[in-house]
Amino acid sequence: MSAQMEAVIGLEVHAELLTRSKIFCGCSAGFGAPPNTNVCPVCLGMPGVLPVLNRRVVEFAIRAGLATGCAVAPSSIFARKNYFYPDIPKGYQISQYELPICAGGHIDVVTEAGTKRVGLTRIHMEEDTGKNVHDAHAADSLVDFNRSGVPLLEIVSEPDLRTPADAGAYLRTLRSILQYLEVCDGNMEEGSFRCDANVSVRPRGQKELGTKVEIKNMNSFRAVERALVHEIARQEQALADGERIVQETRLWDADREETRSMRSKESAHDYRYFPDPDLLPLVVDPAWIAEIRRTMPELPADRRDRFEREHGLSAYDADVLTQRKDVADYFEAGVGAGAPAKDMANWTMTEILRIVRDEKLDEALVIRSWPIGPTQLAKLIQLVATGAVNRNTAKGLLPRLRGTDLDPEELVRREGLAQVSDRGALEAAVRDVIARCPDQVAQIRAGKEKVMGFLVGQVMKATGGKANAQMVQDLLRAALAESS
Amino acid sequence: MSALHDLSLRDAAMRVRRREVSAVELTRATLARIAATEPQVGAYLTVCGDEALAAAAAIDRRVAAGEDVGRLAGVPIALKDIICTAGVRTTAGSRILERFVPPYDATVTARLRNAGAVIVGKLNCDEFAMGSSTENSGVGTTRNPWDGTRVPGGSSGGSAAAVAARSCFGALGTDTGGSIRLPAAYCSVVGLKPTYGRVSRYGVMAYASSLDQVGPLARDVADAAVLFDAIAGHDAKDSTSSPRPSRALAGSLEGGVRGLRLGMPREYFVEGMQPDVERAVREAVRVLETAGASVESVSLPHSEYAIATYYLIATAEASSNLARYDGVRYGLRVAKPGSSVGEMYAGTRAAGLGAEVKRRIMLGTYALSAGYYDAYYLKALQVRTLIAQDFTKALAGCDALVAPIAPTTAFRLGEKTADPLTMYLSDIFTISVNLAGLPGMSVPCGFDGDGLPIGLQLIGKPFDEATLLRVAAAYEGSTEWRQRGPRL
Amino acid sequence: MAITRDEVRKVAALARLRLEPAEEERLTADLDHILDAFAKLRVLDTTGVPPARALAEPATPLRDDEVLNPPADDAVLANAPAREGRHFRVPKIIE
Repeated sequence: MSAQMEAVIGLEVHAELLTRSKIFCGCSAGFGAPPNTNVCPVCLGMPGVLPVLNRRVVEFAIRAGLATGCAVAPSSIFARKNYFYPDIPKGYQISQYELPICAGGHIDVVTEAGTKRVGLTRIHMEEDTGKNVHDAHAADSLVDFNRSGVPLLEIVSEPDLRTPADAGAYLRTLRSILQYLEVCDGNMEEGSFRCDANVSVRPRGQKELGTKVEIKNMNSFRAVERALVHEIARQEQALADGERIVQETRLWDADREETRSMRSKESAHDYRYFPDPDLLPLVVDPAWIAEIRRTMPELPADRRDRFEREHGLSAYDADVLTQRKDVADYFEAGVGAGAPAKDMANWTMTEILRIVRDEKLDEALVIRSWPIGPTQLAKLIQLVATGAVNRNTAKGLLPRLRGTDLDPEELVRREGLAQVSDRGALEAAVRDVIARCPDQVAQIRAGKEKVMGFLVGQVMKATGGKANAQMVQDLLRAALAESS
Repeated sequence: MSALHDLSLRDAAMRVRRREVSAVELTRATLARIAATEPQVGAYLTVCGDEALAAAAAIDRRVAAGEDVGRLAGVPIALKDIICTAGVRTTAGSRILERFVPPYDATVTARLRNAGAVIVGKLNCDEFAMGSSTENSGVGTTRNPWDGTRVPGGSSGGSAAAVAARSCFGALGTDTGGSIRLPAAYCSVVGLKPTYGRVSRYGVMAYASSLDQVGPLARDVADAAVLFDAIAGHDAKDSTSSPRPSRALAGSLEGGVRGLRLGMPREYFVEGMQPDVERAVREAVRVLETAGASVESVSLPHSEYAIATYYLIATAEASSNLARYDGVRYGLRVAKPGSSVGEMYAGTRAAGLGAEVKRRIMLGTYALSAGYYDAYYLKALQVRTLIAQDFTKALAGCDALVAPIAPTTAFRLGEKTADPLTMYLSDIFTISVNLAGLPGMSVPCGFDGDGLPIGLQLIGKPFDEATLLRVAAAYEGSTEWRQRGPRL
Repeated sequence: MAITRDEVRKVAALARLRLEPAEEERLTADLDHILDAFAKLRVLDTTGVPPARALAEPATPLRDDEVLNPPADDAVLANAPAREGRHFRVPKIIE
């Protein structure tokens, strides 16, 4: 981007909500059913049917609004967005227009240039459409209405973003918030978290916005960033060439790495929004909002602060452990099972997360196959803390415990892995090693301290690695001091 | 001994309960009457004889077993073909749904079945309830049983005609701007449009969502009350249905009108009314005064804006409600091989929807479109508030209003089809009641010089169907109109 | 003129109504006539008058988040003009 120009980006996210049933009917909102099975006359738009609003959709919308500092409207209106397309069964989509349920919040995003506050224009509820499948029969398309009526939150940001990287950071932060709130699983690849972008460019310092272009069809965070990079460059180039930017919708083509104008047959849509006469205004009373606020799951930022406060973690550790909700849950489960917080944090970050990253287990939305369960890890940590095993042995046990629900203590006992802290046994081993290694003994006596490690190693080997390392050190020193 | 089909709905139900007559006999009698009258009247689009006889037989078995089968025990009832009946073709009077068979009942259908009614057939109507004469039906033609050259009124023309012809014991219609009350008046039967929200709209193909209501048409006031009781009350499937409890009214019609105050809106007695109609309505008011009611003049100052207000709001909602008829999931599809989706939409809707429906969709789409929304749709919503306020003020000092139903009696087939506005003006006395969401009734109050029926309109306070039925019953009891039937 | 033929064409396109030229002409005349008759509505003073919204109760009812509908059987597809297995079939949709 040239230094004289700046990009202005606003993002529109559609998040599928984790309710059991659809927004306006009692069909399952679940994913993966055979085509046209999670359907009924209402979500198929059959003649005479009527919508009835799902309370939990409203609750989730309010949660999202409270978590982002929005004002929750005491009365909001559902409106019909009228257009024809095979996947919208009624020929209109029930959405919210003039009076959405939430407005005026913000999300704080950590970027390279520091923390940036991105405003939220609005959050509103609407119903999802069905899905078109392009058939093997080239002449036809197939339509599946399982998704028709699944509840969506539309979250619209102010045009406060300035770089593609910031846009990516915003999306990740928003997704994390929605996951923490347990209202959306944030799966961009499966379509439960979708993003459209509005982007324009203008000379730096200019107040007026340039002509904005809408970009659609970005199916991952990476795609969003790349699409924005390309579109910003395209607009910059066009302006440099003396062209005017056309206000239009462009699709991201991930294969060709470019945005293409949508060659749509009709001119710009006139959606003819009007309040849906089948639904009365949605009235939300302050008592309900207070109840939702009280019972809401904890937000990432709040959880991070709490980890510092309650568990005494450093700011850095707390941040690492709360970036993902599943990791934060893992940590707290371990603490709950008795592991001291600092040890649990340490083991989680150094041992567990290392394996998770190496094996790319964190590419899943929710880590399901942990190297070891949190309760097992907690047990292991406690065994080390009480001296029952040494740290090395414990590390070595991780692969053995994986995929099992074996009690680590049980495993230790069974295999005789218990740390040897029996003084007598260790003294014998120490004496034995001293006798066997006269050269090294002489070197130590001559002042080469480093060789002590070799002797300790020998004692460890002789005890099958189970010796209490500290005790071995002490006994060696004592023995060497004796016979000098 | 009069024929079975001449019994009132209440008498028929009572005889079934007492096992004096079987449900199957009643149904057979109705089917015979349908066969006898349909060539002249053409009220029915679908007669479901087999299903009706099977249902009747089931009722008889339960009655024999001593069960209480409900207040409509075994009585054949027919429904306007805009009301869904599971497994039975439901067309809304439109070619676009000519073969549509809903897999679900409307709530009102289910309630009738639960009350023991036998659904004997589906009745003709103006396409998607848009019209005042039933001439806009794309599937059939219905004639007024009193004069086959004339319209039965609309849009529930089939319902009124069938009840008048005694080819069912009662019927359900819908009323968005007068579509129960007008045909009831033209056919000399009783019609009741309940308060908006009193009866569920689930399963009733929508024309104008904020105006549509389902209501009964019947031979007398007491029958209408029984039908009303069977269908009224909250429905969780309809978010606009009122949670106010509904109490049975059929047993409380006796009160009489002594001490009741009736208002006559002066804007409803205008020049251009057919003289016989005005005479009959004024005479009806005198009868009520004689019976002890007091009558005074009231004003509904915004009446002159009602037609425009109604036709902008109703068509706007309709343009959206009818978008689902696109050939994708059900109904007619017109798509030549190789055509695009857009061509399928255009071809289907061009072939399947009639001229009046297209006209109203166009008007409604325009009223909502960018640049016109504020001037037309929003404006109409504001004037609607003013019209509703007129009624609130007028009814503050009265128990009910009395008025004509229409400026004329039934006109001839084809007489008003040239100019849509002329047809729209038939609704001039009825549409404001829908705009205000109030209950309204039509009760027969005489005949003109050509022997054509005239109806008296009663308009009540919200959820006060009880007063309307009481006044109507008192009027009906003081006159002989109930005894007259068309010669068929 | 309250409405032009060009506007009628645009409105017909929005409503997916394909009109023959004669229909288009007649509709233009009809709508013009009707909108003309409605002209006095547009000039009525409605300052401060709220648009009528709900007629019945003031607040929309809410239902519990329960799956009440069993998986759909063939009945929902029975009226389909064209189908492919459990899918509705339509002419190809070009994005």
